[in-house]
Amino acid sequence: MSTSVIGAAVSRIDGKLKVTGAARYAVDHPMDQIAYGVGIHSTIANGAIARIDTSAAESMPGVIAVLHHGNTDPLFRPANPFEHDSRAGESRPPFEDDKVYYYGQFVALVVANTFEQAQDAATRVKIEYQEVKPLVRLSDAPPPSGAPARNYKRGDPDGSFKSAPVQIDFTYTTPAETHNPMEMHGTIAVWNGNKVTLYETTQGVVNHQHVMSEMIGVPLEDVHVISPFCGSGFGGKLFPWPHSMLAAIAARKVERPVKVSVPRSLMFTTVGHRPFTQQRVRIGATKDGKLVSLQHDVVTPSSIIDAYAENCTEPTPVLYSCANVSAQQHVVHLNIGTPTPMRGPGTTPGLFAIESAMDDLAIKLNLDPLDLRLRNYAEMDESSNKPFSSKHLREAYQKGAERFGWSRRNPKVGSMRDGDLILGWGMASCTWPAGRGSAEVRVRLNADGTARASSATQDIGTGTYTIFAQVVSEKTGIPVEKVDVVLGDSSLPPGPMSGGSTGNASVLPAIAAAAEDAVNTLKGVAVKTEGSPFFNADAKTLNLTGGRLHTQDKSPDSGVPFGEILKMRRLAGIEGQAKTSPDENSHKLSSHTFGAQFCEVTWDPGIARLRVSRWVTVMDAGRIINHKTARNQILGGVVMGIGMGLFEETRYDQRNGKPLNNNFADYIVSTNADIPELDCIFVEYPDLNLNEYGARGVGEIGLTGVASALTMAVHHATGVRVRDLPIRIEQLLA
Amino acid sequence: MQSFRYSQPKSVDAAVSGISQSGKFIAGGTTLVDLMKLNVEKPAAIVDINGLPLDRIESAPGGGLKIGALVRNSDLAWNTDVKQNYPVLSEALLAGASPQLRNMATTGGNILQRTRCYYFRDTNYKCNKREPGSGCSAIDGFHRIHAILGTSEHCIATHPSDMAVAMMALEATVHTRGAKDERSIALNDFYLVPGTTPDKENVLEPGELITYVTLPALPQGTRSHYLKLRDRASYEFALASAAVVVRVSGGKIEYARVALGGVGTKPWRSKEAEEALHGREASEHTFRAAAEAALKPAKPLRDNAFKVELAKRAIVRTLQVTTQTA
Ligand SMILES: Cc1cc2nc3c(=O)[nH]c(=O)nc-3n(C[C@H](O)[C@H](O)[C@H](O)COP(=O)(O)OP(=O)(O)OC[C@H]3O[C@@H](n4cnc5c(N)ncnc54)[C@H](O)[C@@H]3O)c2cc1C
Ligand code: SF4
Repeated sequence: MSTSVIGAAVSRIDGKLKVTGAARYAVDHPMDQIAYGVGIHSTIANGAIARIDTSAAESMPGVIAVLHHGNTDPLFRPANPFEHDSRAGESRPPFEDDKVYYYGQFVALVVANTFEQAQDAATRVKIEYQEVKPLVRLSDAPPPSGAPARNYKRGDPDGSFKSAPVQIDFTYTTPAETHNPMEMHGTIAVWNGNKVTLYETTQGVVNHQHVMSEMIGVPLEDVHVISPFCGSGFGGKLFPWPHSMLAAIAARKVERPVKVSVPRSLMFTTVGHRPFTQQRVRIGATKDGKLVSLQHDVVTPSSIIDAYAENCTEPTPVLYSCANVSAQQHVVHLNIGTPTPMRGPGTTPGLFAIESAMDDLAIKLNLDPLDLRLRNYAEMDESSNKPFSSKHLREAYQKGAERFGWSRRNPKVGSMRDGDLILGWGMASCTWPAGRGSAEVRVRLNADGTARASSATQDIGTGTYTIFAQVVSEKTGIPVEKVDVVLGDSSLPPGPMSGGSTGNASVLPAIAAAAEDAVNTLKGVAVKTEGSPFFNADAKTLNLTGGRLHTQDKSPDSGVPFGEILKMRRLAGIEGQAKTSPDENSHKLSSHTFGAQFCEVTWDPGIARLRVSRWVTVMDAGRIINHKTARNQILGGVVMGIGMGLFEETRYDQRNGKPLNNNFADYIVSTNADIPELDCIFVEYPDLNLNEYGARGVGEIGLTGVASALTMAVHHATGVRVRDLPIRIEQLLA
Repeated sequence: MQSFRYSQPKSVDAAVSGISQSGKFIAGGTTLVDLMKLNVEKPAAIVDINGLPLDRIESAPGGGLKIGALVRNSDLAWNTDVKQNYPVLSEALLAGASPQLRNMATTGGNILQRTRCYYFRDTNYKCNKREPGSGCSAIDGFHRIHAILGTSEHCIATHPSDMAVAMMALEATVHTRGAKDERSIALNDFYLVPGTTPDKENVLEPGELITYVTLPALPQGTRSHYLKLRDRASYEFALASAAVVVRVSGGKIEYARVALGGVGTKPWRSKEAEEALHGREASEHTFRAAAEAALKPAKPLRDNAFKVELAKRAIVRTLQVTTQTA
């Protein structure tokens, strides 16, 4: 029987539900007696609440309660880092005290019968603040003191830089960015006695359950988190944010279900963001472009409350071969909300700096950027001295270059044209660590010939539901449409978070093992059930093919549909279960996904108009389980990368820390009109050291390398070197 | 949002007699409802004018076009007459907002849309336009999107319309009905610069209704074009835009109207540019001179200084396109 369902281009099994509007997202769940919680948010970034007057609001029609620090028992803090699965987005619970640490912090919650009543009453709550001048910009903050968040060193980077014949020393910055998934954050909390059910939109039902249990102070088994669909998270929904706790405590207080939705404007303040990064990169090289020293010094801001370090130096010691490397990261604290991972965290801004510095070196040496990268190709992970589990980046560069026509690149600035337009070409490397966590999965074979797979992981729009069905189908021969997949429910066996591009690699072996376990149990039933054609046979001689049980020496047609066997035994179904652990090979091998970006921009100097005209991405991501969803992830990453390169920036008002462009008219992301046809190819070498299918993750890597490829292309077209993202008209006009 | 009364009159008479001092007309609602949700607009009464018979585009007697105040932006943009005779207007409309918004937005509402100044839209900020005398938060704030022409020390907000810029170059006339009388006002006189009263954006009296906009017929052989420059390719307000209407004869510019968007506190007609073009040879040199003249009065600030050059380039390019011999 063919195993073609793995690697095929399978349409999402939940696609129809989504395009017909039948998929229920967090705040869509209908609920009797629901009350609406509308937040009141600080309009200062630093200080304390001096006075809060809720009397006018409380007398408004429909208002049930106004909660704030003065009338709410403090919640608890999450047990992170002392326990696993207990990380909150912001470690300070809402309403802990009267302090204000950033603009847009929850300071009160109005609960009313209708959303409109709550909204209206919220405008009547009078709050007086004691304001302290906030620190909003990195340049206003005192220089970082204390131990660095990361301090990596090999060889003698300083000495070898000083003696290097060629030196590059630039500082690159990337702006704060906001995740902005289409589905905004939101929670419905429903108490039943001492138990609470939370309808959520989350990238981690298990972590969410743990954190909520810890912060609201109820036993783990009394918290049930349900998140069947997630209108994407991009990292912003990895950890619970304050609105979730507020929904829970408000519902407990008013003894009704309470819904709290985070409006778009507050998506910019209180549910995380990608922080600004400032990165100095020094490269020492020989005249023929061989790196002798690489130094990467990073400063990123976090909130006053948490010490979140955007891990920009993650790729620094691994990407290129270089004997002398240092990577240092410092965190400063500003009056803005706590940052959180955003698609490709750390590596994406980090790679922008490293790859930009490589381009600066290429420009200085008049070397082809691709050639420079090949000259410094890392054959092994020099940070750990481990071989890579699978690396075919050289082939990815080659394939991309061929497809793009890179060899026709004339390096002279402004030399390539298409009619009146000037063309610019750029390229960059991509990398993202590949890993795998533990996962527990149940697979059930039903007497009606269907299967059911379940796990407390979730599909955040990436295609996880479909991957589950594909693997079960591959192991049992049951067609994908007959596999029911149940995810996004914390009462199921614990599965991984959908983050770090590890979900796929983690669940695959567990689904496969659970399916095999179910099949083995089925065989046991077949040989132990009277009347079964396989009664008393040796279970080892049986095969399940195309959903039919048969003996190995005969064709599947000779066998019986597995459901018949279960019926003979009067079983509704049988179940297999498996739990797999994190990557067993990680102590021996270094696992990374690699890739290359090639792009073309057009530049109309007369009107300073820059557009992206061509894009080729080549990914070395191991085996591709589903070509449709994988391609979709890569293309989505590139689109987001183009936004990062050209448009996105959360602008905070320096006076009060307000994100000024806190809506979709003013926060500029890519539109369809900005995106050319995107070409994406895979070099498929199964990484069998990671799991039996050899698949790595593809959720984030598509975004890496995009921004520096763009700035390189812009330089090629215009001669302007942009080192501060996003690339803006004013930089190009200058 | 605050509670309000709602009425839906069926005639223009009923609409203008029924509106109170603190009432507001609502057409497409894409500006008004947005600002009501932000508590920036707080009308006590909403008079819904969507039932009024003002939704037609007609040829005006003696040439030209008569556009009802309720004609949707999409309908106006795709109207055959407009596409053929006033391409600048069609292009301006299609460069604005998104298809969904254009399907709702009306001609009258577009003329009266409010600024996108961040501080105007947030009641926690001081803003002279929203609350006269309170101060301007933009001048020492982040003002990349703000105006460089027609500004005052009291307000630097742009009028963000694309459509009105094209209409400015087309010398449109706004027709209104008040409780007592009808008025016809040249669009250029309709808008006011902020001066010391940024809250007063135009000459419309409270309760006065825009009924039509008329466009004069253009002389034979006139060409027109709208060019909008911005960060992304679609769905963004202009950083700088230019609308030109020109006619060249024997290599000389006979007729020229130039208007700018994204840079002015009102849709900005540049008489200076027009003067620099009249009677001159249609050449790069002339175009650049016109652009220089148009931006001479500009008062750029820290974040929006680039708009001076950007607007110049928009002028030069639109003139190039409209004077090119095929
Ligand atoms: C996200 C977004 C992006 C946008 N992008 C652009 C853009 O790129 N370019 C652009 O030009 N515009 C843009 N707009 C603005 C849009 O064009 C305007 O909102 C729209 O044209 C307003 O028309 P309306 O009919 O919806 O007006 P309404 O909201 O109904 O009314 C606006 C104002 O005009 C008054 N009014 C309406 N009709 C009359 C009348 N006949 N007589 C008297 N008073 C009247 C109302 O009382 C109100 O004060 C954008 C808007 C949004 C929300
Ligand atoms: S520029 Fe005008 S609209 Fe903006 S804050 Fe200043 S006064 Fe208000």
